[in-house]
Amino acid sequence: MKINLTKYYYGDFGGDENVAGNEVKKTNDDASAWPLWEIFVRSKQGLDHKHVGSLHATDAQMAIENARDVYTRRQEGVSIWVIESKHITASNPDEAGELYEPAVDKIYRHPTFYVLPDEVGHM
Amino acid sequence: MNIQHFEQLFQSKIDKEIKIESKDWMPEAYRKTNIRQISQHAHSEIVGMLPEGNWISRAPSLKRKAILIAKVQDEAGHGLYLYSAAETLGMSREEMIADLNSGKAKYSSIFNYPSLTWADMGAIGWLVDGAAILNQVMLCRTSYGPYARALVRICKEESFHQRQGFETLLVLSKGTEEQKAMCQDAINRWWWPSLMMFGPKDSESTNNDQSMKWKIKRKTNDELRQQFVDMAAEQVKVLGMALPDDKLKWNPTTKHYNWGEINWDEFWAVVKGNGPCNKQRLAARNKAHNDGAWVREAANAYAVKKAKAQAAKEALEAA
Repeated sequence: MKINLTKYYYGDFGGDENVAGNEVKKTNDDASAWPLWEIFVRSKQGLDHKHVGSLHATDAQMAIENARDVYTRRQEGVSIWVIESKHITASNPDEAGELYEPAVDKIYRHPTFYVLPDEVGHM
Repeated sequence: MNIQHFEQLFQSKIDKEIKIESKDWMPEAYRKTNIRQISQHAHSEIVGMLPEGNWISRAPSLKRKAILIAKVQDEAGHGLYLYSAAETLGMSREEMIADLNSGKAKYSSIFNYPSLTWADMGAIGWLVDGAAILNQVMLCRTSYGPYARALVRICKEESFHQRQGFETLLVLSKGTEEQKAMCQDAINRWWWPSLMMFGPKDSESTNNDQSMKWKIKRKTNDELRQQFVDMAAEQVKVLGMALPDDKLKWNPTTKHYNWGEINWDEFWAVVKGNGPCNKQRLAARNKAHNDGAWVREAANAYAVKKAKAQAAKEALEAA
């Protein structure tokens, strides 16, 4: 039996007449001029909001709407926080030593530092 | 401290499996390699929407249409995660998109092949997404933190893509003679290009060694490709179809499948822009970008207007 399959070359995009080649039209829009927002999602009631990523949006409302579409398509969240990235102050990685090393030798801050007899039970 | 010292520190972090974050010191070549790889990966997600978007209007049922829309929407989301990860390395979104639209930046060659029949939606999901998943699962452990985190998110969503593709083919494989023929034809056309997705042979790949040392990559092109062949060679049996390779044979000694040879001339031709759809893909991207310009402008204008109204309201309340 001879079977003929219908094939759709180039589908919806037409042939060579639609080929724009390497021309990039310069427009006065600038998507990256839309500020960058950091997105935090609460995955379920009772848990913290957790950082999930970032996106560009013109304002907070749009950032929330875009975050809804990007980060909660599969019920990953029940609440969204957005904050413009420029408002976040981060600690400097070069100062990690001064900031965090002082905690290294203070093992007495952990419960496991204290050895108690078994009779005490769970404490 | 001199630069060698920084480089040693950097490499020792990598060796200890400590992730690199955007503000950490990193060799310039590490930054550049990551920008190139992550942005290319992002471009691939975006261009990857075209061969499938092509079939949304022709999907055979409402169910298949809804699935395809969801999948294409996922690809857009994946593009965004990846662009955001690349931006942390200091390249702006606009620059990356301009590089894609001008043809300067590359994207995965697989998307320069046309999607000719409905069965292609199945073959793309099973083979193309299947190959991408192997690569992406490996990249979940890549050394650059923002890239690794984007990949974890992507991998969670990607397995739906592969399963729906396989199921699409499974339905066709149990259908009419014509549907079966369509299924086999799609597998025939997508098999070799899917193998090409893993890139040149290790012996010919220029970026392999350094990328492995920096743990940007964890497995070589050939290792991943073999893993893919072993997987697909078994899965195709479930479909009752065949892979178009007469050298495909289980090798009990190596515990892997032996298989034929990729047409490397075709591989390089497509990479260099002479594949079946390179021009159409770029044209479609440029058209979408240009046609969307007014939307971006309007959104900007609206944000300015709203901010002004808000400021006026606050001034009034303060007075």
